[in-house]
Amino acid sequence: MANVSSKKQAQSIDYHAIEAMESFNSFVKKKNTFLFSITAVFLFLYILLPILAFQPVLQQKIFGNITGVWVYSAGLFIMTIVLCTVYVKKAASFDKAAAAVLAEYQAKGGK
Amino acid sequence: MNIVSIGFFLAIVGLTLVVTYIAAKRTSSAADFYTAGGGLKGWQNGFAIAGDYLSAAAFLGVSGAIALTGFDGFFFSVGYVVANLVLLYVIAEPMRNLGRYTLADMLTARFNEKRIRGVAASGTIIIVILYMIAQLVGAGALIKLLFGIEYWVAVLIVGVMMTTYVLFGGMTATSWVQIIKASLLLFGTGLLAVLVLMKFDFSLMKMFDTIAVDHGEKFLVPGIKYTSTIDSVSMMMALVLGTSGLPHILMRFFTVKDAKTARASISWTTWITAIFFSLTIFLGFGALNFVGLDQILAESKAGNTAAPLLAHYLGGDVLMAFIGAVAFATILAVVSGLVLTGASAISHDIYGEIIKGGKLTEKQQVMAARTGSISIAIVSIILALFAQSLNVSFLVSFAFCIGASANLPVILYTIYWKKFNSTGAVTAMVTGLVSCLILGAMGPNVWSPVEGAAIFVGQPLVPLAVPAIITIPLGFIAGYLGTVLSPNRVPQKEAERIYKEIRVKANTGVSVSDISH
Repeated sequence: MANVSSKKQAQSIDYHAIEAMESFNSFVKKKNTFLFSITAVFLFLYILLPILAFQPVLQQKIFGNITGVWVYSAGLFIMTIVLCTVYVKKAASFDKAAAAVLAEYQAKGGK
Repeated sequence: MNIVSIGFFLAIVGLTLVVTYIAAKRTSSAADFYTAGGGLKGWQNGFAIAGDYLSAAAFLGVSGAIALTGFDGFFFSVGYVVANLVLLYVIAEPMRNLGRYTLADMLTARFNEKRIRGVAASGTIIIVILYMIAQLVGAGALIKLLFGIEYWVAVLIVGVMMTTYVLFGGMTATSWVQIIKASLLLFGTGLLAVLVLMKFDFSLMKMFDTIAVDHGEKFLVPGIKYTSTIDSVSMMMALVLGTSGLPHILMRFFTVKDAKTARASISWTTWITAIFFSLTIFLGFGALNFVGLDQILAESKAGNTAAPLLAHYLGGDVLMAFIGAVAFATILAVVSGLVLTGASAISHDIYGEIIKGGKLTEKQQVMAARTGSISIAIVSIILALFAQSLNVSFLVSFAFCIGASANLPVILYTIYWKKFNSTGAVTAMVTGLVSCLILGAMGPNVWSPVEGAAIFVGQPLVPLAVPAIITIPLGFIAGYLGTVLSPNRVPQKEAERIYKEIRVKANTGVSVSDISH
């Protein structure tokens, strides 16, 4: 995370100056777009389960006696693991972007 | 009650007391008490959060539900697993970056008003008590079944143990008890699942074939318990969104040093819960096939003893005693976390911040925390003693419903919505909380035309067991309307200044160690 952690520095951080920086705003915008679009996707796929579970489409047998609801649920488990990994990877790049923003702020004469 | 059971039982008690003794030496400040000094590692906190998910309701309840109702029981498993993503994507990091000990701390970082703290703390106490009664009543019934001890003695044993951990070892002890229990539970569940699979020659297909042929195809699809789409959609919404609003889970994000560790925690939790809940299929179907519906129902109507009974079939008294001890550890760990969370709301939010205005010495804070822990423990134990004959499983779903409807909207607005104001925060929390309680009180868990099926005899006015599908949108709408219809209590400029600060802190994690309230 940020390398600005000592108390003395923290108290003298000018949050306004950081908030006004172009690099900060574009980073936050990129981050929020990523977070909320993925969140919308997984919540949608998730809530389809109880809706489709009562329809013939997921009550079909797919492998032997294993029906569609179990397969779809397994898909949601896999989705969770995959999106968790995606997030952790993506977050590492957000960390870098946040560090870059703070470095830029300090270079500008921020204390 | 045999010698093996007593041995396992005492081993769990002994181990957790040793942990508490070691933790007590490290617990001197309020930060130690509430957040283990923020010094947990990612894997430790990940196991501890997984421990919070895997309550007795999850372990015993879900495997029992799958045994009795097939796929209907597995809905819960899916909900708990996907809930991790909500925490990870929108809650964990900003929470760590803005809060100190409690949810109220995080909200007051933006709106420094006592009423916000009061409402948030009250919501926390209500959720904690609902959850705790459910756990304690379940614990009493389980221990009675496994060891033949009287219900009230069992509740007192659990009560004394949980109070001991929290009182002396604070969050450090609570976390380690949680870690030990999560590991034991994973091991025990894994063992049972492998033994079940062995009986089916390690073939998933064979297991499903056996269930379909011997027990009926109705177990392969939903419909035994849930017949309406809207009811199950509502419950699933409560599960996936409620987890992010449960105060004892949110509190766990303050036990790590920064957002990166918070992220690593949830990543661990995701893997642990995904593995655990996959195994619930084998526990449930194993119990259905080898123990049989009649015997499970004979022991407990809700199927709560399906897992111990399966263990008895697979490995005799020894394995059953081990699974019983694991279930006991599960209950101890979860209720300890709840006591601590309740104490944080009473002692830190209400007494320390609202009544004393944050002017307490370190010593007084720890003293207050311990007093709060004892009081919440005593209240819960008394309530649990009176609730013995109630079917309490619905209390947990209520806790999720309140978490999703009262806490989640306010958390999201506080972090992400620039125009949000304190009146909006109050209306969102109060509306979410009150609507859950009112609609819940009119629902089928409280009213049933069948004598003895619910608390009162009569037609439920609201046909939903969990009213989340109505209350979650209400919470969000109330927060929006409360904001746009109320005058700002602080000047526009000041409000913007505070939000800018929040935005920088939430997104960069700058000065986590220096958040002033």
